[in-house]
Amino acid sequence: MTKQVTLSINGISVTVPDGTLIADAAKMVGIDIPVFCHHPKLEPVGMCRMCLVEVGRPMLDRATGQVVIENGQPKIQFMPKLETACTNRVSEGMVVMTTTDKAKDGQKGTVEFLLTSHPLDCPVCDKGGECPLQNLTMAFGPSQGRFIYDEKLHFEKQVPLGELIWLDRERCIQCARCIRFQDEVAGEAVLGFDERGRNTQIVSLSDPGFDSVFSGNTTDICPVGALTTADFRFGARAWELKAQASICTQCPVGCNTTLNTRREAKAGGDVVIKRVMPRQNEEVNEIWLCDKGRFTYHYTESKKRLVKPLVRKDEKLARASWDAATKFAAENFSKAKKDFVILASGRLANEDLFNLKSLADTAGGTAILYSDMGGGDVTAIVGVGQGTNIGKMGKGDAILVVASDLYEEAPIWWMRVKQAADRGATLIVANPRQTKLDKFAKYVIRYAYGDEAKTINDFGKKSKISDEFAKAKNALVFYGNEGLGLNGSSGLASACGELLKETDHVGKPNNGLVGVWQRVNDQGAWEVGFAPESDLEKALKGKVVYIVGADPVGDDPALAKALKGAKFVAVQDILESATTEIADVVFPAQAYTEREGTFTSGERRVQRFYAAVPAKGDAKPDFAITSQIAKQMGVILEGSSVSVVFDILANSLEAYTDLSYSKLAEVHGQWPIVGRGDLYYGGTTYENTLGLGVQLAPLSQTGKTVHIPKVRKEAALRPKEKELLAVPVNKLYDRGVTVNPAQLLNGRVGEATVTLHPSTAKNLGFEAGAVVKISFEGVNAEVVLKLDDTISAGVALVPRSMGIAIREPVVAKVK
Amino acid sequence: MGVFDPVIELGRGLLETLRSFWREPTVTTQYPEQKREVRPRYRGRHVLKRYENGLEKCIGCSLCAAACHADAIFVEASENTDEKRFSPGQRYASTYEINMLRCIYCGFCEDACPTEAIVLGDNYELSFTDRRQAIYTKDFLLESVPDANQLTPRKVDVGIYLRSVPEMKDPTD
Repeated sequence: MTKQVTLSINGISVTVPDGTLIADAAKMVGIDIPVFCHHPKLEPVGMCRMCLVEVGRPMLDRATGQVVIENGQPKIQFMPKLETACTNRVSEGMVVMTTTDKAKDGQKGTVEFLLTSHPLDCPVCDKGGECPLQNLTMAFGPSQGRFIYDEKLHFEKQVPLGELIWLDRERCIQCARCIRFQDEVAGEAVLGFDERGRNTQIVSLSDPGFDSVFSGNTTDICPVGALTTADFRFGARAWELKAQASICTQCPVGCNTTLNTRREAKAGGDVVIKRVMPRQNEEVNEIWLCDKGRFTYHYTESKKRLVKPLVRKDEKLARASWDAATKFAAENFSKAKKDFVILASGRLANEDLFNLKSLADTAGGTAILYSDMGGGDVTAIVGVGQGTNIGKMGKGDAILVVASDLYEEAPIWWMRVKQAADRGATLIVANPRQTKLDKFAKYVIRYAYGDEAKTINDFGKKSKISDEFAKAKNALVFYGNEGLGLNGSSGLASACGELLKETDHVGKPNNGLVGVWQRVNDQGAWEVGFAPESDLEKALKGKVVYIVGADPVGDDPALAKALKGAKFVAVQDILESATTEIADVVFPAQAYTEREGTFTSGERRVQRFYAAVPAKGDAKPDFAITSQIAKQMGVILEGSSVSVVFDILANSLEAYTDLSYSKLAEVHGQWPIVGRGDLYYGGTTYENTLGLGVQLAPLSQTGKTVHIPKVRKEAALRPKEKELLAVPVNKLYDRGVTVNPAQLLNGRVGEATVTLHPSTAKNLGFEAGAVVKISFEGVNAEVVLKLDDTISAGVALVPRSMGIAIREPVVAKVK
Repeated sequence: MGVFDPVIELGRGLLETLRSFWREPTVTTQYPEQKREVRPRYRGRHVLKRYENGLEKCIGCSLCAAACHADAIFVEASENTDEKRFSPGQRYASTYEINMLRCIYCGFCEDACPTEAIVLGDNYELSFTDRRQAIYTKDFLLESVPDANQLTPRKVDVGIYLRSVPEMKDPTD
């Protein structure tokens, strides 16, 4: 344990770990020292001078080195001038005074200086109402400035720093929080200072501007209105917004968010979401949120939302009542017997999936997870131990990332893994091509696509890297599905599981396996008993299919063909899609913003989300629709209370035993303190008051002996001459239905591409940027050619969800 | 107390009536033919003011709505462009509504306004026959312009109207 130091702040005795900054120590006992540039998640710089305080230290006798005692007390020697509380670290016996006249004078002077060129356009500023500069000026500033108004420095009003973020240089106080965030936390130094003195201004150093997926966070920690988001631009004033806790549904990290809502005339008098803000959970997303999570909520308000049940009559879908629609579906489901198939995706909540699984079991059907990644059974056994927190990993620990580009698939994990590496953890990245994580890795392992499981098996054998991994205090493995289909990723998961088991990195906090899933609740789907099917076409053809939260027709022409050959198709979703077009009956479901539920994250943390806006039209929550259909089939499933569904789930699934909605809503104190009245300290991130969630214990932590399921090996595809091996890779901003409606992000989605090695492209006679034709099983598409010299020759990278159906590696031709 | 006391009292009262009958001037105003003058600081129905060039003073900052303790005002803002300009600066009120059933004419909105856009005028003739009519919209509240060229939104020269809040010569005024 670190050494503890006792000091006195404003006469209050404080004991904190050695090395704590005075500003943080004061915060711990509830004393507010005003700060602008200081942020508890960033390194101290002392740029704004706002935190001036009087600091005294015990006087030492020069000869003996002993503390001088005067009147029985140590003699305190104060510095002649004020010191900054954000750069000075505490020391034993220190005396700090934050509210003396001298300190107040210093703080007042600093505010006056900071305001010399501030435009004071708070009425039109998006930060107005939650602005640290406003608040601190009121609390610590002078009532009047002595500088001449006409001498204010004027810049052109707001300019876009990228398409997502606006910069107002007049408002900027040069605290460099944004620059430091990008350098230290995000690891992408795309912002910098330009010019000097009074002309100092923030500039973007990247092309396109502000090229980072974490850019939204800078608007949270900006202590003035210099950085604001384009999405929320003039959207509402901060005090008009209501806040509701939610969970981001864009990736398996499960970031805690707050949805800010407001009733709007523009939206026809509806209550709408105005912005998504991070909500503190130090074990999941800390106080951050990636841009995808921040800006993609628009799909829940899309014009394509389904609002009424539809039933096919005379070849056309017509509106019907809930009773008629559910009865129609129930009749067909009942008749189907063993031909009944439920195809659901990980976009659904645990409760929805549980009801669906119960229905499938009772009706004798099969429940299939719509996913091309396997291994959820392995993560249930050797998943991360209860109490895992990547934020606490550092020196002596190891993290292995295999077959996943975390930056594109789960940005917050990428950031936290990168920070663990910064703290000294051994980061090992195994990927066939260069990814953004390589820069922070101690070891990089390259392998050929198709050799993933073999690489991990070989890794287990003696080598310098595997030694370091085996001897690490704690070790995590992230595995993904880059270049892999269902079988490949299942094999990889098993190999990773074996590796962790052999090196005894299971069943403990900060140890275990994490699946980098495609959807938010894929892990939860595995937990309730869903599993993907390798031959999906065969599983759907000629069957009675109940599709929930998925668009197989739009995703893959092969599946479209299979579903056209199905006996009956019922679709339950929030948006119109190609699948709803071919459906016999369509049920409108509520989006996650309109209802309550829980998700299980990739780190197997069960977290609650809450209803923020009213439901659209007649939409109902998925679990209730399933229950209504089940009732017509004579199966009783809970359909009115989501918490009761969860209680039943907790009773029937061992991993969820003892969990309940009230337990998931529990919170405990977190450091740093954010989201209260003191926005200047941590930024506008919301405080977590509605639940930190509970991490499930993997089977290996329950003391039972565990066996990792074996996966049948498949021979790797070897393309012939003139053929290429097309492999799927994942992209953050893709053309998925949940990203598309966010118009702001459209510019970052880009064209559908195929990436080749320069030599392969040269052999084919193409240059970068050329439009080429790629063809494989049932796919013929025109795509833009990109080159990457870190991949091997003979491989073609095809991004998923960009309009080209690719579920697993295939042999392809590029012309 | 005599028997005739009530009669005497009645007579005295009637005498006062008779006196007033001949006394000039009368206090009754023949409303609506005649309208009563209001005091200079009278607080009547709100008006959204314009600058002399016709641009709207309101910048959609919502401070009036924040100051309003009857919660009568609702504002929504949008972005100005030089092609389609409503007010100076980047922001204008795309929706501005006052619920006159809620308004208590306290004038806090006037005090809160950073551009002196909303002013309580001298119009006291408010009547509605249903609740919806009581919600006065921006079109209704906005001052009229003498010249059709001064209507908003309108196209303006680029780069002139950059600032939302006018620089006040004497901020204590």
